[in-house]
Amino acid sequence: MNPFIKIITQPDNIAIVIMIFMVSFFMVWAFQQALRNDKLRLTGYAVEGELDNDVDTYKPLVRIEMIISLVVMVGLTIWSVWVDAPLEEIANPTITPNPAKAPWYFLGLQELLVYFDPWLAGVVLPTLIIVGLLAIPYIDINPKGNGYYTFSERKYAILTFSFGFFILWLLLIVIGVFFRGPGWLWYWPWQEWDTQRVVFEPTRDLSSMIGIDSRSWGGFIVGMVVVCGYFVAGMVAPYKYFKKKCPEFLEQLGMTRYLITAFLFVTMMSIPIKMVLRLVFLVKYIWIIWFVPGGLNF
Amino acid sequence: MNELFDKVKKNLIWKSVFRRDYRNTVRDRALAIFGNVFLHLHPVKVRESAVKLRYTWGMGGITFFAFIILTITGIVLMFYYHPTVNLAYEDMKDLEFQVPYGVISRNLHRWAAHFMVIVVMIHMFRVFMTGSYKAPRQFNWGIGVILLVLTFLLSFTGYLLPWDQLGFWAITVGTNMGAATPLLGYQGPFSEYLHITPYNDVRFALLGGATVAGNALLRSYIWHCIAIPVIALILMVVHFWRVRKDGGISRPQSN
Repeated sequence: MNPFIKIITQPDNIAIVIMIFMVSFFMVWAFQQALRNDKLRLTGYAVEGELDNDVDTYKPLVRIEMIISLVVMVGLTIWSVWVDAPLEEIANPTITPNPAKAPWYFLGLQELLVYFDPWLAGVVLPTLIIVGLLAIPYIDINPKGNGYYTFSERKYAILTFSFGFFILWLLLIVIGVFFRGPGWLWYWPWQEWDTQRVVFEPTRDLSSMIGIDSRSWGGFIVGMVVVCGYFVAGMVAPYKYFKKKCPEFLEQLGMTRYLITAFLFVTMMSIPIKMVLRLVFLVKYIWIIWFVPGGLNF
Repeated sequence: MNELFDKVKKNLIWKSVFRRDYRNTVRDRALAIFGNVFLHLHPVKVRESAVKLRYTWGMGGITFFAFIILTITGIVLMFYYHPTVNLAYEDMKDLEFQVPYGVISRNLHRWAAHFMVIVVMIHMFRVFMTGSYKAPRQFNWGIGVILLVLTFLLSFTGYLLPWDQLGFWAITVGTNMGAATPLLGYQGPFSEYLHITPYNDVRFALLGGATVAGNALLRSYIWHCIAIPVIALILMVVHFWRVRKDGGISRPQSN
């Protein structure tokens, strides 16, 4: 059978195919409504929901809940009659499957393991994602766009969130599910999985590209300058920019909020940057703190 | 026919269950909501926009509905399941070949679980796109984020229970991340200072052992069937209550 058909029809992967369709559908719907509302605002009309009245809960809302419940129930029943839940051989600690994949919703994190050490990809970054999500309402001080779809009134917030949601989360899940095979190597949908395949990729550390051993004090200093420089520059440059362009915005935001926002944003952007460094320039580590027991490598 | 209806409705038992007649009046439409323990989660009146599917997509409600389906099918499955290394996999085979409707119960549970994860993600996207986390709903967004994480953990802990290769290695890969925790995992940075070994680190606490074995299965089972659902349920109560206290489904402030 065609390897692509085989992989998308694996019982658990059908859920991901459904996810791709559902998420795409709602993404289009959300942005379509946002653009329509923007147009309404621009021409001076009220956005949807601004002028509406109360209605009884019973029956308009109860009716719609009833219908949705029935549709969901019928849909899940059809899905369950059609596809059987997978059950593999009994657990056997002596036979490791290749690839050993985490459940699909964690495959984005597993994909990050290509680019970061486990303490970052599996512990620190997920923690920062949760903290960042919790922080959103407190660092977004833009009072506009509360209670209706809009794009023009909250461009920065929507673009940042969409980048994290669609690219860093969902796209990485799709890659982890459909494009990663044995040895976590990249497989195109038309390629047959091959457990014998080995790819020789001589990765190196950033400082060794300029001839300094990354596990020496010189390498340590180069790495520190690059990583700390990135964070400092990433947090100072926008500050200078806002100070010049719109100081009243910075005033409103306040220093604490600015620092948290900038830190979270710069950390998020470090993920695609490290991915490019690893994939294009074969850089394994940027900064190795070799004297920490257990290894603290970025 | 009408006579029969009348008879049923005037019956002592009917009256004791439903307490009063329903006539299509303002008073009775309100009573239908707050006179009913299940429906009175709702306010008596809602904004027109809150009823429109294109605004909320019904995603929060669908998530809750998926949770209810999972609770019911989960209880059914618990009748046939022993969380022990010797019996767990056998019970899966029994569900497949012996138990009436065993296959469809398990299928429904698994697909509803995947469905709930998808839907809860889309719910978060909708709430973000409509700016519904803004004042006064900041705190409820936080509860929602925790509920999202709990949804993942519920699904993750359930993955091990069939005790097959798929679940076993997915949990092995997942919990190995715990070993990399800074300070508290034996492979993590700085852990040497705290004398952390594979036998006293975070991973050991998650698995109840240094490898995925019987204790890990029991821990998964209890987290999956009791601990996380209870925590999630409490947070759901807060989540729904706050939706109402914060003024219902978000909508534009009228200028």
